This record gives sequence, structure tokens and C-alpha cells, in this order.
Amino acid sequence: MKKIDRKRLLREMVFFRRFEDRAFEAYMERKIGGFLHLYSGQEAVATGVLEVVQAEHGVGFDYVITGYRDHIHAIKAGAPAQEVMAELYGKETGSSKGRGGSMHIFDPSVRFMGGYALVGQPFPLAAGLALACKHQNEGRIAVCFLGEGANNQGTFHETMNMASLWKLPVLFVCENNRYAIGTAIQRSTAVIDQYKRLEAYNIPASQHLGQDIEVVMEAAQPAVDHVRSGAGPYFLEFLTYRYRGHSMSDAGAYRSKEEVAEWKQQDPLQILAKRLIEAGELTEEEFKAMEQAVQDEIDNDIIKFAEESPEPKVADLTKYVLDDNPDPRWIGPLQAQGGRQHG
Amino acid sequence: MAELAYWEALRRAHDEELAHDPLVIAMGEDIGVAGGTYKVTLGLYDKYGEERIIDTPISENSYTGIGIGASMAGMRPIIEIMSINFALLALDTLINAAAKIHYMSGGRVQCPIVMRTPGGTAHQLGAQHSARLSRLFMGTPGLRVVTPSTPLDAYGMLKSAVRCNDPVIFLEHESMYNLKGEVPDEETFRPLEGAEVVREGTDITLIGYNYSVHWCLAAADRLAQEGIHAEVIDLRSLKPIDRETIRRSIEKTHRVLVAEEDEAPVGVGSEVIAGIIEDCFFALDAQPVRVHAADVPVPYNYSLEKAAIPDVKDVYQSALKVLGKV
Repeated sequence: MKKIDRKRLLREMVFFRRFEDRAFEAYMERKIGGFLHLYSGQEAVATGVLEVVQAEHGVGFDYVITGYRDHIHAIKAGAPAQEVMAELYGKETGSSKGRGGSMHIFDPSVRFMGGYALVGQPFPLAAGLALACKHQNEGRIAVCFLGEGANNQGTFHETMNMASLWKLPVLFVCENNRYAIGTAIQRSTAVIDQYKRLEAYNIPASQHLGQDIEVVMEAAQPAVDHVRSGAGPYFLEFLTYRYRGHSMSDAGAYRSKEEVAEWKQQDPLQILAKRLIEAGELTEEEFKAMEQAVQDEIDNDIIKFAEESPEPKVADLTKYVLDDNPDPRWIGPLQAQGGRQHG
Repeated sequence: MAELAYWEALRRAHDEELAHDPLVIAMGEDIGVAGGTYKVTLGLYDKYGEERIIDTPISENSYTGIGIGASMAGMRPIIEIMSINFALLALDTLINAAAKIHYMSGGRVQCPIVMRTPGGTAHQLGAQHSARLSRLFMGTPGLRVVTPSTPLDAYGMLKSAVRCNDPVIFLEHESMYNLKGEVPDEETFRPLEGAEVVREGTDITLIGYNYSVHWCLAAADRLAQEGIHAEVIDLRSLKPIDRETIRRSIEKTHRVLVAEEDEAPVGVGSEVIAGIIEDCFFALDAQPVRVHAADVPVPYNYSLEKAAIPDVKDVYQSALKVLGKV
């Protein structure tokens, strides 16, 4: 593993936290519509895993795909944060030109192949991306992030079977935040430890704490190496926690204040900041300055870009339904090609 | 020009497209070692290997999703689903993913998959193996839906579908695989849009798609014996529907009938006739009529099955009714 730039990783996680906080505020100001699923509390997982994935080949080399809680995965995968925020605002400059919204961020320029609002749907899509990687044989892998709730969908079982059978280069990352929407894992899932379910599919799997980014990276390294070596899929489970409700419409009343407070004791930003301060790599003042700089960047750069960006044109409503420039040789219409008359 | 069976025409299209582009793959249950339930991929496993002719487990939703994922990364998968009834298991990934990804990515990601699947009643297969379901797909924005009724279209449209950047639902029929027809020896593409006038006539327009085109042609033969000249249109594509060809025909014949094996409510015929009312109401001399399946799950019993599904006789008699001859 390359030497870890812990200060940069801390700044990234501070940025991700502030990005989500600012999205929360913009939602309350009614500048963002629809559903908004925020990632705060889970930052160490996406940041740590993708840091390891990108260490060898850089940003945008491998495919990344996830569910609806997708803003931070998209940004860490290489999607410009400005465009992700503009997508939340529904603007033409957004990652999906305002057609996707919070749950459907796409940036194929960095091989971020989308967020999906159907729970469990990304499993087979990820395996398909991995199938293409295997065919194209350029050393790429597919990385699929999903919550533990998705593991109760049929797609989980079907896809794990095929991914294992065909030794597809796909890394599954389970972000086990204990709640499938509002139902606690012990009330929805017969096997609490998710990694144990993979034994049934002959896929190597392991469970780790997901709040300490260095633990996450240490766990991710052998898993990424395994997948990249061509040995087939790997399933990583991280125990983590989201601070907010499932989405903005969920106050999270099904959880106790004590439980939330307990998890906040293991905050991924604080764990790393404290470690850097104790090691003398960072002062309290520097950390505060870092937080302020991030806040300024998000307000002056990210939010400003989203607010000042144009809306999509209503005249473009039906663009992108089908291929906008179809090849007339394949598409037709028949009459223009001198349709055959018979009978 | 060779005479090929419908299944042979599809097989030839697979073979040519697999040879043409290394990114083309085929996936489905029993399509490899077993050669395909309807022989459409016979011999291709030996020729192209297990990496390109992929035998899948019985997991329709996820293997279709794997095909879609692969297509997002540049592959061109042809996904076979053994019966359209099983495609219901894949509707999430077809309707919620394949049909929407291009749109909800703002045009940045395409899913060039072809899903081939046979529907229809064959020989007493019972309710869970006899569905048609054309309307489910034609009601979904973001999909193309084609219904080749001849070996020529089966061959030429499959080749076009593989090269098209949109997801294409390719509807076949269990009773058509042995149907024979001429296919040119040279490579031929048939477009995915545009209806075709397959028989010229002046007295009534009979509109069919997929298997029902053959009922319309046979009914037209019987009508001809009585001096009635029926024009027959093969819709070929259900999404988009070629309303222009229909309009031109009705302005000539002034009478129309739509024949289909699908059920009527929310069906293809309903949509076609709604378009006719919008486009050429004043050209009509009689009310348009639908010939369609009964609104029941298809029964197993032979007589009941026959009663549920229309045939040539029904098209013929309904045509006479439209013409005011009964």
C-alpha cells in the first residue's frame, strides 16, 4: 500500500460531511426537492475503500456503482462535487443534467455508473460491469456499494451465485448501518452478520468496523488485491451508522437518542483528527482552519455553482429517452428505405 | 436466396453479429451447451466459447441485469428469456433500469441490450407459459419493441437490434420458429421502425403484428375468394408505432380491423385504434374493430384454449362485419 496521506483523507471526509450538511440546509430552504438520503456518519467506508481501489490505477479507472445514498460515492469516484450538487438542485449542469436527481447521480467519464433507487438493483448491474471488465481484459474491476437492507432482495442471491460461478472481478461493499429504511436489522434479517451469508456462495467475505478509515483501508487492501488478481468476487462488510434518518422525510424516531449518541462517539472524522493531533501531524488550530476552508469552498464554489446554473430547457423534455442520434441504417423507418412489398 | 426457418434466420443473425463484433455476447438459460430451447443458438457455443455464449442459471432478473450492466460498459448482449412469462421476473431491471438509465443519466449512459423472448400460445401450455405481454413493454418509455413476423425480419431486425444503442425488446412467438421464408444470401439489415404493407388491397385494412400477421394474410386470401381486396399491414414495431403507414392505408380502404393474440384491455389494438381515431377519423366508413384474445388466463383444455385465442376465422368473420356483409 502507498503511504497514506492522512491529512488529505481527513480533509476529504470533512468535505463530505459539510457537503451533506449543506445539502440538508438547501433541502430545508426548498432548493432541493424529492428524496434526499444523506451519508453523514458513514464517510470512512466510501473514502477508505475507494482510496485503496484508486491507489494503483488512479481515479476513474475502475467502475463504481451504488444505491440511492450516492452523493459521496460519486464524488470520491471522481465526479466533480459542483456537478453533484447541481444535480441535487436539478440543474442542467448537474451530473445527470437534472434528469436524475439525488438518487441517480451518473458520471461515466470517471466510470461512476450510477446511483439506483431500487434496493438491490445494483448487484446484477455491478456483476455486468465486472463481466465487461473480464471480457475487455484491461485490469479493471467493478466496485458495488450497498446497504445491508439490499441483501434481502433476490438479486443479492442470484448475483452472488453468478459472480462466484463466473469468477467476476467485482468487489461488494456492504455498508451495514443497522437499519433498512426504518426497520432494525434484527427485525428484518435472520442472519445478523452479513458476511456469513456469503459462505453459501463460496465467496470470501469479512466483517470490519467501518468508522476508522485506517481500519477500512487495511481491510479493503487484500479484498481489492483478491478481486484484481482474477480470483473472483470479494464481499466486505463494514459496521457503520448513519446519523440522520433514512431520508429527509424520516426523523429516525425508531432509534433511541442514546444509540445515536453512542455511535457519534465513534465519529470517523473525529477518530482520524484525534489520531493526527496526538501524533503531532495536525494542531487543533489547523483542524479548525481546515473545517473553515472546506466550509468556504462549499459555500463559495459548490453551492454558488449550483444556484447560478441554468435549469434544463422544457423544450428538451423528450431528449435522452432513446438514442438522440440513432444510426438510420439500423433504425429506419422502413418506408424511407424502400420497404419490400410482397404478398 | 435461401429459404430459412424463423429459428435459422435468428441463428444466422447471431452468428454474423458475433463474428462482426467481439463485444457481442449472448446470455440465457440453456443457450450454450444445450443449443437453445428453440435451437436459435445451436452450434454457437462450440464456435464462440463459453465466454461469449453464456449459459445462465435460472435467475432471470439478475442475468438480465448482468447483461444490462455489461452493456453500460460497452458490451452488446443479446439476452434470451425462454418464455416471456419468465420476463416478468426481469421487469424490474428492464423497466426500471434498461429503459431509464439513458434518460436519468442525462444521455450519458446507454444500455444497448437486446432481449429476445417468445410469447404466445402454442399447444396447451397453460396460463403460465402462454402469455404475450406486448403491452407491458410498449407502454414503457425508453424501450424499443419489435415483433418480427417473417424469417427475413427475424434475421434483419435482430442484426439491427444488436447495433442499435437503445434497449430493444425482441418479441418472438413459440409457434413461429419453424415458419419458413426467403432471406437474401448477402448480409441484410431490416430497420427497427416502420410498418409494412405486406399485401395491397382497397376494401379493408387488416393490421397485425407478430403471429397475427399470418392470420390476416390467410383471412385476406379467403376474402379474395369473395372478391374482397384486403390490405394487410405488419406493424413490425410496437414502439414506436408507424401511424403514417396506417393512415395512408385507411385513407385508401376506409375500413380497418386490428388482429392480435394479446388481450384487448390496455392492448396493442386499443392503442392502434386510438391513433386511427386521432389521425384519420373522417376517413373511416365503418367503426374500427379489434380481434383479440379473451380476457382470461389461457386455459389448458384444448377447446377452451382455442376459444380464448382468435384465429383466421375470427379475422375473416370480423372483416365481413366491418364490411357490412353479415
